[in-house]
Amino acid sequence: MASITLKNLVKKYGDGFPAVNDISIDIEDGEFIILVGPSGCGKSTLLRMIVGLEDITSGDLYINDERVNSKAPRERNLAMVFQNYALYPHLTVFENIAFPLRLAKGRHSEEEVQRLVNGAAATLELTDHLQRKPANLSGGQRQRVAMGRAIVRQADAFLFDEPLSNLDAKLRGQMRSEISQMQRRLGTTSVYVTHDQTEAMTLGDRVAVLKKGELQQIASPRELYEQPVNLFVAGFIGSPSMNFLPATIENGKLQTSLGALDVPAEKAAKAEGRKIVLVGVRPEFFEDAKLVDDAKKPHGSTFKATLTHTEWLGNEQYGYINFDPAPEVRELLDNLARDMDADELRPQVVVTLDAVSRIRGGRESEIWLDTRKLHLFDPETGENLTRDAEAGAALTAEASQERAEEIASAHAADRDMESGTGSAGSGGSHAAAS
Amino acid sequence: MKSSGREKLVWTLISIAVLIYALFPVASILATSFKSPGDLTNGKFLPSPGLATLSNYEQILVGDAQELFLSALRNSIGISLIATFIAVVLATLCAYAIARLDFPGKKVILTTALAVSIFPVISIVTPLFNLWRNIGLYDTWLGLIIPYLSLTLPISIWTLAAFFRQIPWELEQAAQVDGATTWQAFRKAIVPLAAPGVFTTAIIAFFIAWNDFVYGISLTSTEAARPVPAALAFFTGASQFESPTGAISAAAIIVTIPVVLLVLLFQRQIVSGLTQGAVKG
Repeated sequence: MASITLKNLVKKYGDGFPAVNDISIDIEDGEFIILVGPSGCGKSTLLRMIVGLEDITSGDLYINDERVNSKAPRERNLAMVFQNYALYPHLTVFENIAFPLRLAKGRHSEEEVQRLVNGAAATLELTDHLQRKPANLSGGQRQRVAMGRAIVRQADAFLFDEPLSNLDAKLRGQMRSEISQMQRRLGTTSVYVTHDQTEAMTLGDRVAVLKKGELQQIASPRELYEQPVNLFVAGFIGSPSMNFLPATIENGKLQTSLGALDVPAEKAAKAEGRKIVLVGVRPEFFEDAKLVDDAKKPHGSTFKATLTHTEWLGNEQYGYINFDPAPEVRELLDNLARDMDADELRPQVVVTLDAVSRIRGGRESEIWLDTRKLHLFDPETGENLTRDAEAGAALTAEASQERAEEIASAHAADRDMESGTGSAGSGGSHAAAS
Repeated sequence: MKSSGREKLVWTLISIAVLIYALFPVASILATSFKSPGDLTNGKFLPSPGLATLSNYEQILVGDAQELFLSALRNSIGISLIATFIAVVLATLCAYAIARLDFPGKKVILTTALAVSIFPVISIVTPLFNLWRNIGLYDTWLGLIIPYLSLTLPISIWTLAAFFRQIPWELEQAAQVDGATTWQAFRKAIVPLAAPGVFTTAIIAFFIAWNDFVYGISLTSTEAARPVPAALAFFTGASQFESPTGAISAAAIIVTIPVVLLVLLFQRQIVSGLTQGAVKG
């Protein structure tokens, strides 16, 4: 159990390119932190700096308030799960999991090793496979062996480097919830690198969004989603992504290519004095005007548009509206797309409609937009002009309180189980010790 | 890929041609080793009927040439094994450093190794002969082991470096995170995986040392260190009118046996894909 503090961490490679640039994060004891970003954003490098596989060019790294910059990986007492699992192919599953225990010579008796490994295997449902070699296991089982190797010892923190990216979609979902529950039960500080935003949103207590080696924002998933700090975070978090519409402000109204939008006065005021702003609208802010309650309608703005086509998904449907941006805005959108790993951002608005909506492509229809939730961005700096920092902080505080409750209830459930069955599995004893 | 019957036939024919080309000399030597001295010139592939004999084997194992052959066999085995062992140990460490570490002069080591291995042996034999005589290494085991290292080290370094590059680096890093020192990570995670590569290299190195003739004949003068390939040249017939072809053939067959045995023994190690399952499958 440990807190990890990153203070102005910088990693420069031989050519002087900063892969990680001045990143500071305080990771609390027991917290689950996600590092997310497009490929090449330095998230894996940062993780490897924490574990000690990459040197730190400058800055300080503290584990439990102890500076560990120059310590070797084995002295940091962290456990890591690698993307490719890194199982030892010549050892059985049992010996793979026992590997860290055997390395700590003299600290564990043979019985203790047996007990700990069997406990970890039971937690991960690997008991039947202990005598097999990794080559004979399925992807999901290998993944679990890698996790077993991490949880078998009392590591201060778990580090995950895209652990699920080699699994198929179904298994990924399953392992994701297993990791989440295990982390809650063990209460071990965890840092998790991923480029998959579903993993980021569902697993993390807080999510750190990185771009080109720089930390953009670190907050609870809800804060990232509702109060993004800039254009990049807004566009990166959420699927389908947020729509960005160029707009000008005239008499408190936003003139966009979708038509004039009434916006709440306090939002319009923030954009005062700017020639052009980018309006960030999440697809679900839109709705078929016919299906919106009259009570809700005044909170938004209605406009007419012709959808090119719709996609019906059962629970909802996506509609697409093309628009034609001015050339200078187009370049901006292209840059943004490049930052986010996409080839080009099509000048297209995605709208989410209720599954019962009869709006179809090719016909002009009325669409309602909830203008309370939209954000305005400065097109030059990407800064979110309408971000409500207080509301964001409140969301993150709420999330951390929820986490504390979840951990407490997981522990309570564990204790019940232990006293009920009298079993002393390693998972249980870990939790009891924490 | 599914090959058509026609394609299969062509490949079979090519394989047979290659097999005949490679094995005919061996078969011929084997047949010759059973010919009696008078039968050597019978002009046939096989010994004349009724004249097949084991006398050549008797001669080298228990007869006149016994002393010459058995001591040479002992020298060959000893010298080749020691040279192989040293070469493999040194090459393992060197190749590991080349595959894993980034240090100045890495390229230089590899190119030097290559340069040494293509340097014609015959051109350094004479200076070596003089040097060895002066410092007392002439006609000793060590006097052959050192030049054999110069033959076996370069190829060992190259093959092992290629092999180490294939082993996922993550394994070692995982071991380090799990609490291993650099040395422990190397010994417990890398060496077991490298074993097939090391075996292959050892076998290649052993053959190079085992087959050497030029150093063997130039740097030795007595049974103290003379290896088999050189010793074969000293075989004599029963009289000066009789050629020792039969005895030489028999000796050649005997020295081929360890080579064949080695390959058969370690065949599994050589081809087994021990790295399977290390990373995602």
